[in-house]
Formats: sequence, C-alpha cells, structure tokens
Amino acid sequence: MNGPYVPVVGLEVHAQLLTASKMFCGCSSRYSGAPPDTHCCAVCAGMPGALPVVNARAVELGLLTALALHCTVPRASKFDRKNYSYPDLPKGYQISQYDDPIGRGGFLDYRIGDRVIRWGITRVHLEEDTGKTTHTDVDGREVSLVDYNRSGVPLMEIVTDPEMRMPEEAREFVSALRQVLMYLGVNDGDLQAGSMRVDVNISLTGPNGERNPKVEVKNLNSLRALERSLAYEIERQGRLLAGGETVEQETRGWSEKEEKTVPQRTKEYAHDYRYFPEPDLPPLVIRQADLDRLTGTMPEMPMTRSGRFVSQYGLTPFHAQVLTRERPLADYFERAAAADRSVPPRIYANWITGDLMRLLGEEQRAAEEIPIPPENLAELLSLIETGEISGSAGKQVLDEMFTSGQAAHAIVERRQLRQVADSAALDTLTDEVLAANPGMVDQYRKGKTNVIQALVGQAMKSSQGRANPQVVRDLLERKLN
Amino acid sequence: MIDLTSLTLSGARGLLDRREISSVELTQAHLDRIDRLEPQLNAYIRVTGDIALAQAVRADEAMRRGEAGELAGIPMALKDILSTVGVPTTCGSRILENYVPQYNATVVDRLAASGAVVLGKTNMDEFAMGSSNENSAFGPVHNPWCLERVPGGSSGGSATAVASSEAVYALGTDTGGSIRQPAALTGTVGLKPTYGRVSRYGLVAFASSLDQIGPITRTVADAAAVLGVIAGPDPRDSTALNAPVPDYSAALTGDIRGLRVGIPREYFGDGLDSEVRVVVERAIEVLQSLGARAVPISLPSSEHALSTYYVISPAEAMANLARYDGVRYGLSLPGDDIWSMYALTREAGFGAEVKRRIILGTYVLSAGYYDAYYRKAQQVRTLVRRDFDAAFGEVDVIVGPTTPTPAFPIGAKVDDPLQMYLNDVYTVPINMAGITAVSVPAGLASGLPVGVQIIGRALDEETILRVGDAFERETGHNLLRPPMTAEVSA
Ligand SMILES: [Zn+2]
Repeated sequence: MNGPYVPVVGLEVHAQLLTASKMFCGCSSRYSGAPPDTHCCAVCAGMPGALPVVNARAVELGLLTALALHCTVPRASKFDRKNYSYPDLPKGYQISQYDDPIGRGGFLDYRIGDRVIRWGITRVHLEEDTGKTTHTDVDGREVSLVDYNRSGVPLMEIVTDPEMRMPEEAREFVSALRQVLMYLGVNDGDLQAGSMRVDVNISLTGPNGERNPKVEVKNLNSLRALERSLAYEIERQGRLLAGGETVEQETRGWSEKEEKTVPQRTKEYAHDYRYFPEPDLPPLVIRQADLDRLTGTMPEMPMTRSGRFVSQYGLTPFHAQVLTRERPLADYFERAAAADRSVPPRIYANWITGDLMRLLGEEQRAAEEIPIPPENLAELLSLIETGEISGSAGKQVLDEMFTSGQAAHAIVERRQLRQVADSAALDTLTDEVLAANPGMVDQYRKGKTNVIQALVGQAMKSSQGRANPQVVRDLLERKLN
Repeated sequence: MIDLTSLTLSGARGLLDRREISSVELTQAHLDRIDRLEPQLNAYIRVTGDIALAQAVRADEAMRRGEAGELAGIPMALKDILSTVGVPTTCGSRILENYVPQYNATVVDRLAASGAVVLGKTNMDEFAMGSSNENSAFGPVHNPWCLERVPGGSSGGSATAVASSEAVYALGTDTGGSIRQPAALTGTVGLKPTYGRVSRYGLVAFASSLDQIGPITRTVADAAAVLGVIAGPDPRDSTALNAPVPDYSAALTGDIRGLRVGIPREYFGDGLDSEVRVVVERAIEVLQSLGARAVPISLPSSEHALSTYYVISPAEAMANLARYDGVRYGLSLPGDDIWSMYALTREAGFGAEVKRRIILGTYVLSAGYYDAYYRKAQQVRTLVRRDFDAAFGEVDVIVGPTTPTPAFPIGAKVDDPLQMYLNDVYTVPINMAGITAVSVPAGLASGLPVGVQIIGRALDEETILRVGDAFERETGHNLLRPPMTAEVSA
C-alpha cells in the first residue's frame, strides 16, 4: 500500500509524573484548573539565585518505569542543562538528562490480537516541564500569555528505537505503554489533557534500503490522532518519493479539523542545545538496594496479568484483556473473586465487563470509582448462583447497589425479590399465564414447542422477575402435556 | 572619644556587649562616613540607611534582652549579587537595575538571625565578571589607597567599603578570585571558603560550579567569626556540604610551630611584580620565624588553570544569564516579536565584558567544539585538583602571592581583556579545585597594599585562618589604613 516504501517510526513519549510536588521545588504539581502563576516559587519561576533540589520521589518513579521497561539502570546518573530560549522556559534552559539517562536499552512487549510485538526502548530520562504559552487576543491585540504553573512539573521522556512499524502498531504500542505507566502509578495516562504527550518521527525507507529524511509530528493528543497522522504521513511521503520529489526534514503538527499534518510555524534555525552537566545538582547515585526495593513494589504488568487471568481463572482472552486494561478494574475483579470462591470466576468477569462497566459508562466514572465494594458484588452473584434470586432480578439489584451503595441482601429483602419457588404460588401464576395466552397454548399443542420460552418470559414478567424460571418451566410443561 | 568607624568586628562586639556604645550610634557613625566618602569611592550601589537604623534599634533591644547573636548590632555591607527581599539586587547590571527579589539569600537570612545590620548593597563588576570593578553599570569604584587606581574586583565595592571603614565587614563572592584579589588590592582580609561550605541559595549565579560567598574583613579573627555564622548545610542548595561547622575562632591559637608551608614554584614566575615578590618572600620568612617549615612544591597544571577557567566559567555563565530576557523581571525593551525583544533587551542591558563571556560560553559549548573546549577544560580541571591533592599530601598549607601586581590605574587594562584576566592567575586554581584560601595584608609595595594568599585543604578553613591570624598578630600589616581614612577621621 506504500509501494516499495517501508515506514520507520520512532516515538517520543513525555509523561508527567504523579508526584505531589514539582521536580526541583516544593510547589504542588497538581496545578490543573488553578489560576495562572499560583503554583510557582522562586525556583520554578527561574528567579535569579534560586537553586534546584531534586524530588526524590520523581527519581523513584522514573527508575520504576525504567525497570518495568527492562532498561539498564546505571550506578550513577546526572542532570544536564538543555539550553534554548522561549518565554515559557523561565531559566533559559531546561534541566534534563543528556548522556547519562536513568535508563537505556529496554523494550516493551505488547499484543495485537494473537501477535506479541517487542518494541525497543532507547532511553528513559527525567526532566522538568515548561510553562504554558497561549497565543490570544486582548483588546484586539495579538498577545502571548505565559502561565508558569506547569513549569517544573516532573516529566519523564521515553524514547523508542526507530523500527519498521505500521500506524496500528504504533497506536497499540502507545496504548500498551500508557497502560504500563498507569499500572505503575507514575502517570495518569491523560493524552487529551496533555499529562501524557506523544511525538512521532517517521521516515520511509526505499526499495534498496535507502533512507529518506524524517518528519517529526507533534501535538498528538489521542491514539486516533497518532494512528491517523502516521497513515497520512506514510501516504504523503510515499507520494512525494514516488513522484521523484524529496521529503523535507521538518516538524509538522496534526490538524484534527483537516485530518492532515501541516508544517509547524517555527523559526527556521538549527537547534544546538549546548548541553552541559548541571552544576547546581550533584550526580544521582543509584544504589542497588533502592532498585531492589523498587522492584519489590512493582505491580504485575498488564500483559502478564492478562495471561494469568486466563490460566488461573479460566477466563476467555477477551475478558482477561478487558479486565486488565486498567489496574483498578483488574484489582476489583480479583478482590471480588476472592471474596466468594463458590461463584465461578467467569461469572464475575461476565458481570464486571457487562453490567458493571455499562453502569460506569453511563455515569462516566473511572474504574477506581466503582461505588460497590467487591465483597458486595460477590454477595449478589452468590445470591444468583444459589438461585435465591433470578438473574434478571440480579440486574435490578445491581443497578440499585450502584446508586444507593446498599448491600445486595438488603435490597433483595426490601423489594421482596427472593425467587418464588413455592409451588402453590407458582401453580396459580402459571395457570394465569396459560389462561391469558390461549394462542400460544394452541401453537404449543400443535407441536411448536419452543413457544414455551415466551410463556416462561410472561410468567417472569408478571412475577417481576421473582419466579424461579426453571420451576416455572417445569410446571408449564407438565400442564401443557 | 573613640572613632566608631575604626572598630573591628571583635572590637565593636566588646563595646556593644558592655553597653559602652549602642548599635544605633555605631550604625549612624558608619552612615555618616558613607555620606562623606561615597562621592570619592562609589563603593555602594545602594545605601539602605533607614533599614539599617531599624535593624540597629532591634539589635539594641535584643542585646538588652540578652538574646543577641554573634553579629548583633554590627553594621556591614552586602555585595549587590546577594538577594535581599524588598531591596533591589542589581548585580551591577542595567538589566537588573529595577529587579527587587521576593526572597532572601540563605546568607542574608543567617546574618539577620544573628542580628546583623545591613548598611547597603556594594558595587561590583557586572554579574561578578571582572577584576577591577570597572565593569559596573553604576560606575567604577575607587581604591581608597589611591583614588586613581582600581580596588580590584569583582567584589571591589565590598573590599573598598571595609578598607575605608564604610562598613565593619562585608560579604563578597569569589568565582576566580573576586574576594581575594580586591582584598589584596585594598589591604583587607578576604576569605574564599571551600566550595559548598556556604550556601549559594540567593547568590545570583555567575559560574555555579565555582561561585562561593565569603567575608571581607579587617582582621582574620573577624573573618573567622563571620564564616562561623554564614557557613553550614542548606536544604535549598544541593551543592552545600553536609559537614558540621567548627568553631573557627577557637582555631586561632597563634601557634603554627611545625606547620609545613608549601611554596609553589609556579607562583613565583615571570609575571610576578618584583616588589610584590619581595613582600611575599618576607611574609614567608615571618611564618618561618614563627616555627613553620617552608617546603618547595610544584603545581604543574596551574599554568593551564586560567585558560581552562575562561572555558568553564563562560559556559556556565551563558546558561545562567539566559534568564535575563525581559519576559518576567528586569529591563524589558519591546520588539516586533519575541526574538527582537530578546535582542534589544540584552543588547541594552548587558555590558561589553558580559557579552564577551556569553559569546565565549556559547562558542565553547557549540556542536563540534564541545570536546575541544568544554570537555578538555573539565579534564584539565581534574588535573588541577590532583595537583593540590598531591601537594597536600606533603604540606599543610600553600603560601604565595594573591595577585601578580598591586592596584593598577583605572583605565589601564580596560581595552586588554587578556591582561585583565591575568590578575586572577594565582587565585583561579583554588576555585577550580574547590578548596579554600584567604588573602591577608602583607605590607605595602610603593605605598599600595599587597596580599599574601594562604591556601588550604577542602574544609580546612581552620588551618589557613590560624596561619593568617598568627601572621597578622606578628606583623600588624592589617592595621595599616589608607591615607584618606586618616584625613577623614581627623
Ligand atoms: Zn516552585
């Protein structure tokens, strides 16, 4: 589809670290929604004479990520100054890591269908975020406004190896990486809000292995934008090359509106960042004991966990993947399944991925906000499994548990949903159903026996789901034959 | 009636403690003297008389309650590169002419906690870049020993204020000699502590891996007392050393018998003025007469230290000065776009020497030149450090001249940066190695002060102060005052 050209893709992912304070000062890093310049101090506003102090927690989160991505972590690392001028960079340099990052040479395995793909990780390094520049109009004048709340927020950059990859593979990689970062609790995975940001480098390799200039695409704030922009670039660059033209090495942005990449308006000069070691910070000494401790706190990664859900609980691969997509959901499943082992795990998986996720979706709640304690879900499913209530009554109970937070048995008692298995009451009920549906009775007797299903349904309906469907069916069959 | 402005720190301490004088009297006497002398000296960029008198009143109250710190009530001056909340901190530059810090440097907080009275902010070479104080946007400082001559730099204002008794003591900063060189040229004591001994938080950075704050005083004992207050770990400066602060004053025993004094061959070469050589050699004889043993040593890498310094310090300065862009504070000249605003602001805001070093720093870090300059310089820096390590295996202190010449005439070297840079040839290696040194008055050469430099191991300020104090007690060279001091007092 690209003719003789093969796309080579490299990704740069910036992820804000979930620390309470900023990378080099004590300011709160939870600035979202705060008025401009209210989360700043002398350090993160770059005032003369202010000095950085490394946030130890940010280093831990960076190391945790490097370990999870199978990187080599050095004994000693250091920070460097990356020099460039822009108003949202208050010191005129960004404290980053150049030649001694906290991790290098790792990989991430992820799955597309049955295929497991391994994408190499070049490096993981720590740095500080910049302020945020907004170009706007004030009193009819074009102005640029800078908000320094974001300045100095801990940022981790993950750079992948350039590999021959298709857009879908890149999308699934970022999706898997996002999942890993969220599992580790190092990042909230919010591409839309920019706490996780993706830039891609894409070039095409020709039929004889000749390499063409690469294009960087920035501002990709959704997985869809990532995939679409790559597809667009492969097509665009392929068309240029096929037409005998050359690809210009440049930075482009993804325009959501036009569904295409457009050249970014940047000043045309070569960047020379003039990196040199940050003299205000002593080298980072990384002790094996700290790495061992971090490894001990490392949660099971999503792909491993998904595999275990299949082997340990007998779940379908589909259910296992849905449940492990987010760590809180997977944790929820395991806690519920452990609460009452008499209910088969696949029943928990059915209910969680079905009705519970539907309710979460309707309420737009995140997985960590499930208002039903896992033990309460276990109790409900046990009531259904033992035949105390019917499955359809169970759905009503679940809805109410979700809104009221009450326990299953309380709702069942109050709404008298316990299944009626007592034959006297069901005797009357089935008589009424047969009397009310002479047509179906007639059909049944003429040999169309599957109308029994509809008659059971009628009985369940008039009992408001309380009748035991198996007993009703037995009674109806006996009466009809 | 004693002249209150002739008092040393320890002298004033005694009188204040015995209630013979008040801090308000002492402070007022210094403010009066500043009024009389400043038209000739220009040592201060800003005198904060009202603040000083308010601090003096508080210090007197604290002393009455018996809660006074070691520096309580004693008027001093701060180099205008140390951040002071509410008081402009210009760094001797147009670009920060109207910049008012919102926080205090750690040393300023420590002085305040000790009850110090701050008379004002002293003149300096712009962003501490210079050895003559001619690079100040606020005019040159005049040496009180000879008004036509420079006081040295970059802490020329601080040294001049102390030499002329416009302050009892002052704080300066030393990146390549900026405390010791002006101390030598003005006949005062200047101490550069070990890198990391004093917190740099709030010191507006010139070259972060070299900058260090230290006292300029009229006696070694005063320097010891001030260092004891300002030294120590600081959670806000990751490069501040976590070592306990010894009692420096207790180290001044006057006994240097058996001490091994290294005399580095390289410090007595061709560039050394013959009169200065005589003064320094005499100083070494004095130390020997006090029981110290002179040991010839060699510091072979020191000849490369200066050129290396002019790679590393501009590189760091280039980055440290990038923040002065007119966006958030300081001078700001509007342009057509952000790039022209940067250019106009920095063109107007920085002086020639600062621009020269920014260009130099940008060059040595540029793609393709990094290995040849910056990396090479770091390697040489390691060699310089090893030289000192090796020397200190054999000797306890190293003694030599602080500067190659006494104070030179204003204007003599402004057009020749390389000649100007040579002023720091004996002081720069100490910053490169991160160790400590003190310049102590050693007498006069043709009527101008000469300093002797006593260099010590990292964190061994106690030994160099002990040597300096013993020398001072024996010679009394520190008691020599500039001629104009006598005229004014009379
Ligand atoms: Zn801050």
